[in-house]
This record gives sequence, structure tokens and C-alpha cells, in this order.
Amino acid sequence: MAINGAAAELNIVVDDQRIRVAAGTTVAAALFNLGTAAFRTSVSGEPRGPVCGMGVCFECRVTIDSRPHQRACLIAVADGMHIRTATEA
Amino acid sequence: MTAHHDAVVVGAGIVGAACAEALSRSGMSVLVLDASFAGSGTTAAGMGHLVVMDDSPAQLALTAYSGRLWAALAPELPRNVEHEACGTLWVAEDDEQLEAVRAKQSVYADSGVATEILSPAQLAEAEPHLRPGLAGALLVRGDAVIYPPNGARALLQRAITNGASVREGVRVNAIGAREVIAGNERISCDCVINAAGALAPELTPGIPIVPRKGHLVITDRYPGFCRHQLVELGYLTSAHTMTTESVAFNVQPRATGQMLIGSSRELVGWDGSINRSIVRRMLDRALDFMPGLALASAIRTWTGFRPTTPDKLPLIGSWDEMPGLWIAAGHEGLGITTSVGTGQLLADLITGRAPAIDPAPFAPSRVLAGVGEH
Repeated sequence: MAINGAAAELNIVVDDQRIRVAAGTTVAAALFNLGTAAFRTSVSGEPRGPVCGMGVCFECRVTIDSRPHQRACLIAVADGMHIRTATEA
Repeated sequence: MTAHHDAVVVGAGIVGAACAEALSRSGMSVLVLDASFAGSGTTAAGMGHLVVMDDSPAQLALTAYSGRLWAALAPELPRNVEHEACGTLWVAEDDEQLEAVRAKQSVYADSGVATEILSPAQLAEAEPHLRPGLAGALLVRGDAVIYPPNGARALLQRAITNGASVREGVRVNAIGAREVIAGNERISCDCVINAAGALAPELTPGIPIVPRKGHLVITDRYPGFCRHQLVELGYLTSAHTMTTESVAFNVQPRATGQMLIGSSRELVGWDGSINRSIVRRMLDRALDFMPGLALASAIRTWTGFRPTTPDKLPLIGSWDEMPGLWIAAGHEGLGITTSVGTGQLLADLITGRAPAIDPAPFAPSRVLAGVGEH
């Protein structure tokens, strides 16, 4: 992250949408900035999103670069990262 | 003063529940007692694999019979029993095991169980996450899985519809001749069924049942990662041999997309703590067959106790030491499958009907006579 002025930006893909986000942003913050509320789908089909923001509640899980069940609140975006939301896995 | 019952079933695990269902269907008045709540013991710890097994001709007869009964029951089960007709794949690692697969197919065919042999390519297509280079597999399409605690409750509900009563939280202190003592209650009946599983010897001294501990791991949801119950062909060796410790590759897909990973066997008494070294061995075995499982998150590990008899066959029938006492216990790792066959067999014996399969191999007197020693 730049100390003075604008942070460096990275390219990520969220559900097939290409966006630019500031380096150092967590995946959860990037999704919130997009207006995403449903990060994952519960076993009974309900939309779920972050509760704790610190890796404890496991409600913010998304699929990152084909790896399911990654906690969006603990992972920083990386250039070229592919994120999929509202999955059952 | 408690009312007289035709039959009192002690234990509301899936075996007791199936006995209550079959006895009440025969027109008997049935009372079921459980010290805790229905399906909370070994039943809750098991995988819920409805599987035909051929460790012995008697085991094959009982599991195949039970499989037919489950298949008939399946359309009537509530959704929460999670009955899934996923079938079993017995995985062969090499040509020697593939020979064993062919032998297994012929043994199953003799019992009316249809199977198919999958080539390595067919196996890879059926289960893409199995490691390459396996020799093939035996597919038993008729096998299925259920969620066992709800299976027990569904059977109890059917018994209740037939007029049975179920009392949970009632600990039986003693079984007498044609009576059961629970606290300061004496409940009189024509027959008592000891279906207390691994705890059966506490109520009927002399029953040779010991607890055989197992571990299971459940993963998070990975829908489609595995599609059949997967068992290595070497499983029977692990299940049959009474060594102190063994593991086998055994993975099951749940309706939720989760996977259950087993299995382990240990003789350590009633110590229910997690044994990390055997969990490690169990998971290593699973990873050996399904390397991709390494990316899965395990969310819970637990243990349970299989009620094990010296010859690995359940005790189903009269206990000749005490008039009116019947045993339905000792189902080792197959109680979910064999519960319904056991219930029907026992009801047939109690009511004097001709059973569909030969009851002799399951007669409790065989162990009193010292048959099938360790």
C-alpha cells in the first residue's frame, strides 16, 4: 500500500465481473464495496454473509481460485484472483 | 402400577427401534425404554451405510435381507432420514484385488444381489477424484446411505403408529424374568428384548459383547466431489481381524455435499477420546485413495463404540438362561444396515412365524456354547 496518495490497484474477478481494488483490501471488503451481501449459501439454501470479520464465524466463505470455503475476511486480494460467491461449496 | 406389555424393548438405538416396529406390526403391545434418547448412542456415531457384506454366509444373508427391507421402506421414509441410493464402490488397488472383486461378484449374485465390475476407465469416470492407476471396482447399486439417528426415530414413529409407547430418559436397572426394573418401577411383560447394544452385557451378564471404538471425520460441503460410498476391498480384513488397531479407506457422500471419512477400529474399552495418531492413519489412507481430499476442511471428528461379538455376528434370539428374555444386540459396524432384518427376524421368532432367513447363525446360544472364540 502506498504511504502517501492513492494505494496501488489490483485486478480481480468476482463472479465473472472484472474489477479493480486497492492492494491490501481483504476479499470481504472488496465484496462489500461491490454491494455483495450473500457471500455463500447455507445448507438449507439461505444467503449468508460475514458476521464477525475476524475468521471465527465462517459465514463469509467464498470460493477463491477454485478453492471452496475460503474465509473472505482473512484473505487479502491478489492480482488476478478469481472469487465466486453464493456457492454451496 | 405400570400396565402389562407384550414386549418391552430396552434400548432405542436403531436396532431396538426396528424390533419395536416389527413387534408392534405383529400386533403386540410394545414399550420401548431408553436411558438417554432415541438413536443417541452407537446409532448416532455411525456412518449410516446400508451395505451388503460378505464376511460370512450368515452376514451376507442378513445384510442382503435387510437391504431388501430397507429398499421397500425407502419410499415411505421421511425426508430427514436422508436416504440416498448412492450405491457402494468396492475399490480394487491391483489385479489380485480385482480377482477378489470377481469372486465377490459371484458370491453376491448367488444371494440375488446385482453388481457390476467397473474397469479402471469406468471407475475414473464414476469417481474422478480417486487416484489414477486403480485396478477397478465392484459397484453395488442397491446399497444406500441414511442419517442413522433419524432412521431410528422414523422406525420408532412407525412403531408408535402401530400402538407402541416410547419412554426416553428411563434407565433400566435390571432385567428379570418377564419384567423390567427401572428406578422404583417394575414393568411386567411377556418378553423383554435386550437391545442395549454395547451396553447389553450390563443388563444380561454373560453376553460376550465388547465396545470396539471407531473414529469418523466429517468435512465441509464439496458437492459432487464423491458420488458413491467408497470402500477399499481390504475393508473386510480390517473389520474382521480382531487386531487392536486397524484403519481402512471408507468415504461417504452426504446429501449436503459433506463427506464422512472413516474408518478405524480399536479395542480400548470405553475411552471415547480422539486418538490423533489413528485419525492421522485413517486420513492418510483416505488421501492415498483420494489425494484431492487434502484440500477439504474437516469440521468435526468424533468417536463411537461398535458392539462387537467374538464371531462378528449379532445375537438375535432367545437367551435360554432366562425365560422370556430375547437378545437383539452385538451388531458391530453393521447395525444400521441389519437393524430392519434383525427386527423382522426377532418378531418372527417371538411370534412363531417362519423367518425369511436361517436364524441359527445368530442364536445367542452359540456364544454360550463357546462357538466363535477369539
